Amino acid sequence: MHEGALLSDLVACALLIGGVKAMSHPRLARRGIFIAGVGMLVVIVGNAVFGPAVTGLRAGLAFLAVALGGGLAWYESRRVAMTAMPQMVALFNGLGGGAAALIVVTRLFEPGRPTGLVLLFGLLALAIGGLSFGGSGVALVKLAGRWSKPLRFRFQNGVHALLAFVILGVGVGVLLHSGHGSRLVVLLAVLSVFLGVAAAAPIGGADMPVVISLYNALTGIAVGVDGLMLGNPALIVAGTVVGASGILLTRLMARAMNRSLGQVLFAHFGDAAASGEAGSGTYKEMDLADAAVTLAYARRVRIVPGYGLATAQAQHKLAELTELLRQRNVEVRFAIHPVAGRMPGHMNVLLAEAGVPYDLVQDLEEANPEFPQIDVALVIGANDVVNPGARTNPASPLYGMPVLDVDRARRTLVIKRGRGTGFAGIDNPLFSAELTYLLYGDAKAVLGQLVGAIKSL
Amino acid sequence: MNDAFVLLLAAFTGYEIISRVPALLHTPLMSGTNFIHGIILVGSLLVFSTARGTVAEVLAWIGIVLASANVVGGFVTTERMLALFRSTRRRDASGA
Repeated sequence: MHEGALLSDLVACALLIGGVKAMSHPRLARRGIFIAGVGMLVVIVGNAVFGPAVTGLRAGLAFLAVALGGGLAWYESRRVAMTAMPQMVALFNGLGGGAAALIVVTRLFEPGRPTGLVLLFGLLALAIGGLSFGGSGVALVKLAGRWSKPLRFRFQNGVHALLAFVILGVGVGVLLHSGHGSRLVVLLAVLSVFLGVAAAAPIGGADMPVVISLYNALTGIAVGVDGLMLGNPALIVAGTVVGASGILLTRLMARAMNRSLGQVLFAHFGDAAASGEAGSGTYKEMDLADAAVTLAYARRVRIVPGYGLATAQAQHKLAELTELLRQRNVEVRFAIHPVAGRMPGHMNVLLAEAGVPYDLVQDLEEANPEFPQIDVALVIGANDVVNPGARTNPASPLYGMPVLDVDRARRTLVIKRGRGTGFAGIDNPLFSAELTYLLYGDAKAVLGQLVGAIKSL
Repeated sequence: MNDAFVLLLAAFTGYEIISRVPALLHTPLMSGTNFIHGIILVGSLLVFSTARGTVAEVLAWIGIVLASANVVGGFVTTERMLALFRSTRRRDASGA
């Protein structure tokens, strides 16, 4: 390898690792992405300048490919709403996994293809990259709400294990027939993508963030192993750092839901039998004028936002309501469940976008002890994260997950779009509780009407 | 084989650098590391520059497109998320 390329790899690795480190601290996070961005520019430009000389048509085609992929991604990621960010992460992660797999396939379709240990690394990268590509695709579709019913059947884990063994067998086959195995290579790629799809298919929507994080780590590992195959240190370091930190992050996310990674992947969440119990009790509605009075004359209000806030794009109306209540000397705080919305941190991002002051936001540990002294808990489009069944009903699929104890507040108002169950399809006894009142409607519309009603008090 | 040692050290590094992350930053950090594995673009460009035969060339070219999307999309997505925290963060301590 050229010394210039090595030097740029070295500088880039330091910047990328420093960038990740900074991104894990609230105050440095924004600086972190720019540090990592500079690192990426250094490594790409360094390798283009000092790498194998490329000229003429080939250089033009490479430039075209970068412009095409980069341009489309730029356009798409600038354009989408903040609420669709989780899907974007899944999309770009899947593409990265696909690229990692394609590098290997390319190498194996050339004359003078790798053998031995290098081939082994290549096959590993191919299988892991393919897995990530397939799984991220499923996560993308599920997050977009186009596939809401998890696919489950008996002996599913057994079938997946069998599939994994077949992949292993095909891999060994390619290793043994290193002279001619291009059909086996294609089979390996297809099976890996298929296993990625199959493994993600039975996982319920509520667990999707954890799954995306896991596939993100897998893409990192695939990139690292690709680096071993190509003998490129920058790929090894950056890919492996992402893989290792990604696995830790995945475990942190799973822990926030009081579940282990194994439970997410293999003990499928929210099985049909458990959610089959019909909602018992009756739901009480409250009209808008009453709700406005209830809020305006409360002393302490806690607002619990959920995915419904995000889909309705209601964060600005919510900020307006908050401001109005605070002018009336109502103590307003936001209680944020770690996995409210579709992603950990999703709600914090939305509230920040609407300009809600950071110090009004509480996490689960801060919020829960206070609920018994709270006059009104206002739940906006959240469901599973406020389900008291998680605390009290051992038969509930949510049992054991930490939830926000809004049922302990003196009164609970719930803004809800319809009468359905939550994302995980589980009945919520909160809604029929004695002190709970429902306000049906789109979150943005209802909040707008509340603002109007409070102003005219 | 030296590369395997590099990989081992990088694995421990990755595990150590994010030992304490507030839940607030889980999604941006995931998105940020999603951007970083976009470094696969370097590999895609390398493989394309030396690819021989039409099949290999076409596959490698598609790889560049995917990897470029990973890099650019990963960066923009992360930057957009983190930009939202800037205006509202005033201090660390949460006063009333």
